[in-house]
Amino acid sequence: MRFWLRNRPHPLIAVALVFIPSLMQGLSEGESRVRVEGGNVRQIIDNLDAQYPGFKVRLVEDGRVKPNISVAIDGEITPLGLIEKVGEQSEVHFLPAISGG
Amino acid sequence: MTTTDYERNMVNATKTDFNVIGTRPVRHDGTDKVTGRALYGADFDTSGLLHGKILRSPHAHAIIKSVDTSKAEALEGVKAIVTASDFPEVEEKTGEDETKLKWLRDNILASDKALYGGHAIAGVAAVNPHVAEEALNLIQVEYQVLTPVLTTQEAMADNASILHDSLTTEELGKDTGTVSNVASHFQHVKGDVVKGFSEADICIERDFNTTTVHQGYIEPHNGTAFWSADGRLHVWCSTQVAFAVRDSLSDLLDMPVSMIRVTPMEIGGGFGGKIPIYVEPVAALLSKKTGAPVKIVMSRKETFEGSGPTPGSYMKIKVGAKKDGTITAAHAWLAMEAGAYPGSPVGAAAQCVFSVYDIENALIDGYDVVVNKPKTAAYRAPGAPNAAFGAEQVLNELAEQIGMDPIDLRLKNVATEGTRRPDGPVFRTIGAKEVLEAMRDHPHYQSEKAAGHGRGIAIGFWFNIGFDSACNIAVNSDGTVNLTEGSTDIGGSRTSIAMQAAEVLGIPVEDVRPSVVDTDTVGFTAITGGSRTTFATGWAAYEAAQDVVRQCIERAASIWDVDADGLQMKDGSISSTADSELSMTFKELASQLSDTGGGIMGSASVNPGGVGGSFAGNIADVSVDEDTGKVTVERFTCVQDAGKAIHPSYVEGQMQGGSVQGIGWALNEEYFMNDQGNMSNSSLLDYRMPTALDLPMIDTVIVEVANPGHPFGVRGVGEANIVPPTPTLANAIYDATGKRMTDLPMSPGAVLAAE
Repeated sequence: MRFWLRNRPHPLIAVALVFIPSLMQGLSEGESRVRVEGGNVRQIIDNLDAQYPGFKVRLVEDGRVKPNISVAIDGEITPLGLIEKVGEQSEVHFLPAISGG
Repeated sequence: MTTTDYERNMVNATKTDFNVIGTRPVRHDGTDKVTGRALYGADFDTSGLLHGKILRSPHAHAIIKSVDTSKAEALEGVKAIVTASDFPEVEEKTGEDETKLKWLRDNILASDKALYGGHAIAGVAAVNPHVAEEALNLIQVEYQVLTPVLTTQEAMADNASILHDSLTTEELGKDTGTVSNVASHFQHVKGDVVKGFSEADICIERDFNTTTVHQGYIEPHNGTAFWSADGRLHVWCSTQVAFAVRDSLSDLLDMPVSMIRVTPMEIGGGFGGKIPIYVEPVAALLSKKTGAPVKIVMSRKETFEGSGPTPGSYMKIKVGAKKDGTITAAHAWLAMEAGAYPGSPVGAAAQCVFSVYDIENALIDGYDVVVNKPKTAAYRAPGAPNAAFGAEQVLNELAEQIGMDPIDLRLKNVATEGTRRPDGPVFRTIGAKEVLEAMRDHPHYQSEKAAGHGRGIAIGFWFNIGFDSACNIAVNSDGTVNLTEGSTDIGGSRTSIAMQAAEVLGIPVEDVRPSVVDTDTVGFTAITGGSRTTFATGWAAYEAAQDVVRQCIERAASIWDVDADGLQMKDGSISSTADSELSMTFKELASQLSDTGGGIMGSASVNPGGVGGSFAGNIADVSVDEDTGKVTVERFTCVQDAGKAIHPSYVEGQMQGGSVQGIGWALNEEYFMNDQGNMSNSSLLDYRMPTALDLPMIDTVIVEVANPGHPFGVRGVGEANIVPPTPTLANAIYDATGKRMTDLPMSPGAVLAAE
């Protein structure tokens, strides 16, 4: 059961599949899915930004994920933001944060 | 009284090997509630208590040019008056944080603009409520009245009156720089919808409108604040989340959270509407000025006009399918009213609108739009009922045109484990298929309709959430335990959480004494909302109980002078796996604690993953009066996947409650707004919610597709059940009359006028 308590496999160099939202695909030269290295969300965003500049400023503010954006890892919105671990085969989604809910 | 030849409330259990879970014990708070001893916020009293009242704007959109409180202050018995200018300066906030803090403050007490009728302008504290009310009439406010915008279509028009000069449209982290009433726009894309629609044999496209509705909790908002001479603030209030009250007060009043203590009183309903705060900061400012405790209780009119309803919406839904029923593409264009400040639930609506189905090509556009109505708040699966009203009607139209049974069409396209939702994430184990199968097989669906009746079905989804929860369990010397937790108990969660602890400890749930405590007494706990409490706080109780088990085993090992590795605790007894002579009950161990090292206390603080979404479906039969247009619900069945029903009666209660609220939303409820943008029906006489006299028994079927992400398989059942009633009844009305209802509510006049 404790697997679900965020004990995601965390290899030294994970390569996650990042889904680029349609409204951000102008930054990724039209790519909708990109393989990005990183063991946590912070590393994923840094490396995505290195590959396609502009992502970090869209996603991060004051050292945290912007409040109007949610990050989903393997289908689950993470409350941990940049420090959430990302597994080797993880899917990463950037979604609009749920407001009013 | 009617009789049936079937079980009205069924539980389709898949896992039954529990002692406590799945049983139906009497709730721990039952006696206090039914004897009137339970303490609600309005019951709160203390020495020197002052009474507060709030002056509200009569205009839906106006610039506040001046506020003169001098005459009111001179009235005998008035102790203090506060306005927005009494909030402290917070200089370190900049950029987005500064804007959000201003919006948060302005919704409590407007500073420069009144943005909805009923917007709070000033607060008065006096020796009694009557003097406070009289003083409100002496406060002079000079307004410059502006044109209000009341719907998304009005607000999105090119020449619309603008609510916030500084508001520009944001597109997923990008500021477009366009000053607008559209706070944000987002888009989800899956596959290629152009290709998908080109492959369809049949496409259905319709526009839908829903109106503003209120959660309708019986207990109005209330709060009492006492700002002590030592600088500490204590607040007693009706809230779904005491810690958010504390944190919001910390932001608004610029004081550390450690200086604020919030005690959640018993709550008379919330349904999402008691997540935000309204009167608590005003009471706090008044208490600071007077040095006395100040209580404010909203009237019903204030609750309608000055708290957060759920939004009206305008939606365009298009779905295409092949003749065999395979859905090839779906498009939803969703615009939802945020009310006066950004933050509608359109994002949640987008996560739900097509998520029941496995659709290869989908496009969803969402718009968060500010209008001159109260800032919207959550209401049970916020946004999802609006979206389902459109999408599930279009599904039925497709089924009719194809010539398929509407449940068969849904089963052909239903999402299962591994299905990628249109917004991206992939489903884990879910119960959508099982819910539809239970609907199809139910005696209601298998029965013949009565002559003249119409039958409708629909299904809805809510994703549920996890978030933080904490729990402490202290062992008493008589073998009972005291369980403290921070989740406001709205629907019986106190007992559901206690049952999960009892299951782990192997003791009767009557031996667990659960208490919902204040923010100084338990670890951070997030909202009672998002259908998370039984899941997440239940998980905290599970972990805290496991902590107790570990300590009990260690204590027994110490008493017996053996290695703890060889001991186990099962069914309320600690025993050795190697020596059958070594055994004692939990009660026997509890009686020895003080002599063997002191008390045992287990604790846990969790933020669990493994959230499991829930699906709910309805079958409804209606009759429609041809002369008046009045719709009568003749029979109604709700089916929902609970994962595991910890306390089936409470799950059934949630299903019935959500269904009833959905029926009210479908048939009657709406904010009637006059030409000036003010609500005309802000009383429970004129805002027509269904009563027991309006409704048949709501039959329930609990489907249990265990959530693998929870120790007991829990999903959370508070919300998905309000999603399908509006389209279910629309489909039933269509079946009875041939009229396709595209606007809510489907009131008698609307049904008569429909073509």
